[in-house]
Amino acid sequence: MEEAVSLELTPDEAARITREQRETKAAKSKYLLEVKNLSTHFFTPDGVVRAVDDVSFELGYGETLGLVGESGCGKSVTALSLTRLVPNPPGKIVAGSVVFDGVDLLKLSDEGMRKLRGKEIGFIFQDPLTSLNPTLTIGYQIAEAIRQHMGLSKKASYDRVVELLAKVGIPRARDRLNDYPHQFSGGMRQRVMIAIALSCDPKLILADEPTTALDVTIQAQILELISVLSDEFGTAVLMITHDLGIAAGMCDRVNVMYAGRIVETGSVDVIFERPRMPYAWGLLDSLPRLDDVRSDRLRTIEGLPPLLINVPDACRFNPRCAYARDACRDHEPELTPREEPGHYARCWATDKGGWIP
Amino acid sequence: MATQTRSLPGVATTARRSEGVWRDAFGRLRKNKLALLGAFGVLLLLFAGIFGPMLAPWPYQAQDLEAITANGSEPIPPFQDMSHPLGTDQLGRDILSRLLDGAQVSMTVAFVVQLVVLFIGVPLGAIAGWLGGRTDTYLMRITDVFYAFPDLLFIILMSVAFRETAFGRALNGVLLVFVAIGLTSWVTVARLIRGQLLSLKETEFVEAARAIGVSDRNIVTRHLLPNAIGPVIVAVTLGIPTAILAEATLAYIGIGVQPPRASWGTLIAEGQPFIRSYPWLTLFPGILIATALMSFTFLGDGLRDALDPKLKGKQ
Repeated sequence: MEEAVSLELTPDEAARITREQRETKAAKSKYLLEVKNLSTHFFTPDGVVRAVDDVSFELGYGETLGLVGESGCGKSVTALSLTRLVPNPPGKIVAGSVVFDGVDLLKLSDEGMRKLRGKEIGFIFQDPLTSLNPTLTIGYQIAEAIRQHMGLSKKASYDRVVELLAKVGIPRARDRLNDYPHQFSGGMRQRVMIAIALSCDPKLILADEPTTALDVTIQAQILELISVLSDEFGTAVLMITHDLGIAAGMCDRVNVMYAGRIVETGSVDVIFERPRMPYAWGLLDSLPRLDDVRSDRLRTIEGLPPLLINVPDACRFNPRCAYARDACRDHEPELTPREEPGHYARCWATDKGGWIP
Repeated sequence: MATQTRSLPGVATTARRSEGVWRDAFGRLRKNKLALLGAFGVLLLLFAGIFGPMLAPWPYQAQDLEAITANGSEPIPPFQDMSHPLGTDQLGRDILSRLLDGAQVSMTVAFVVQLVVLFIGVPLGAIAGWLGGRTDTYLMRITDVFYAFPDLLFIILMSVAFRETAFGRALNGVLLVFVAIGLTSWVTVARLIRGQLLSLKETEFVEAARAIGVSDRNIVTRHLLPNAIGPVIVAVTLGIPTAILAEATLAYIGIGVQPPRASWGTLIAEGQPFIRSYPWLTLFPGILIATALMSFTFLGDGLRDALDPKLKGKQ
């Protein structure tokens, strides 16, 4: 029953696609989403918080890209910036471009952006318990996007809702249209959220920690559902997670974020087998392992991510890094290419001439 | 693929009816004896307000001079003459009929004033709460001014200022009073809605609604107001007795309903000089006002408990 739905295939394939894409940089239309130098700052009384700082990445059509990192690394703010949902004030996208399917979203009018949200870009939120309106029926809330964007009649939109609910695995879908969110379990509500995200056949789904609020068994079901449906609909997914296990199972490529920056990017294989950034090592080390019987405590990365106010020109991970040297404190490293094509890391130690081979 | 259709644990497989928030609330309301009593009183008064004038044995202004003359030019006391079950006043007008006519005025006041309140309070509070910032500040300062203004003085000034206009004469001068009372009492609802929206607009389902491209207007009207409506219903229900009392007060000092039409307030005012000799002239309208106030208050309290069970027991 659980035949791992062609997950084995995708990383290699994606790595190949990514390689091709990197080689033909000129053909920009190959990417569904191209984020360039995106910076989102929050203007707080204590100073300017650089939540997202000069972030660039691409996402191909139908690709699943992971965005991993600790809490407070700017993952969610990146996703919100892509759809211009950053609360303003205090947040503001101060620089960069987000080209989605040939359109720069940051230059779009508010109304144009509104028409795009939900239609071209679906959003799955972290907590399905609070992301559904308690006073509206499930049917209404799914139909809302459809009616908003597809101009279907009430009846036609409800037919589509039933279809969607069946697709996300909600039994007796027609009977449950008039149910309220509190009559659904957490997992079911996340299925509803997925139905909402998929309702208008979007080209891209932003999944912001879609399983954090769910227990582990439901988590597996939801992830499989997202992966099956995104394959079926050919939808690209930006999967935001702090769980590397999820990234390993779902994604073609992975961006590791730390303190508002992308610190390492590459295919999922490379990131897991040969990461070239001590932060990624730390993340991998802190995963619980079945074969590790020596200790009953999880390993952690000591310390906390830095406050993103007045960030010095230094590697942002250096205070927590066991390999840090003066070079790390003097200048911030760039994202530089590593051996594998498409693999980039931001680290002096593992770069050419660095002290970690 | 099989996982898609696999039914999940914990999902009831038997069909059952959808239970909304309202059905839940109604269930709780039904268990509350005092609230039911209040609801019964409200229904009775509504019935009297709507059908009273038709059921009244006499027209409200009719003088039964023969009966009075037979009684030695004294008002007929209650329960003596079955054609005037609650007696007459000193002019021979039937008390029951006048009370029923007054019920119509009081019930109209109850609902028209609350309509005015909702019509002003909800949009104003919603705009202030949703937009926030400077708009919020300005709108709330205006609200403060209305709140600070002495209600009675404002209503008296308004009725004096507009007395001679078409608006002032509409519906025998009652409309003016209704609007004036409404203008002094929308503040609570506006503040309530604003406070609700301020907290509701930060919720995740608003962000989720934005993320699927719902317009601001639809977010406010479809997503936020239904969430805020519970406390508003309570405030409106509890505002009704205040409005009834305000109308009675104004009628007592001669503003609003003009004779020979009666309102409970004017009946008390007319009977008051004779309170020692003919106490029933003031007693019956007094009882009715008290009943109305208590019915609406009980119902409002019950609604509050029913719509927000967390609040029950903590006052």
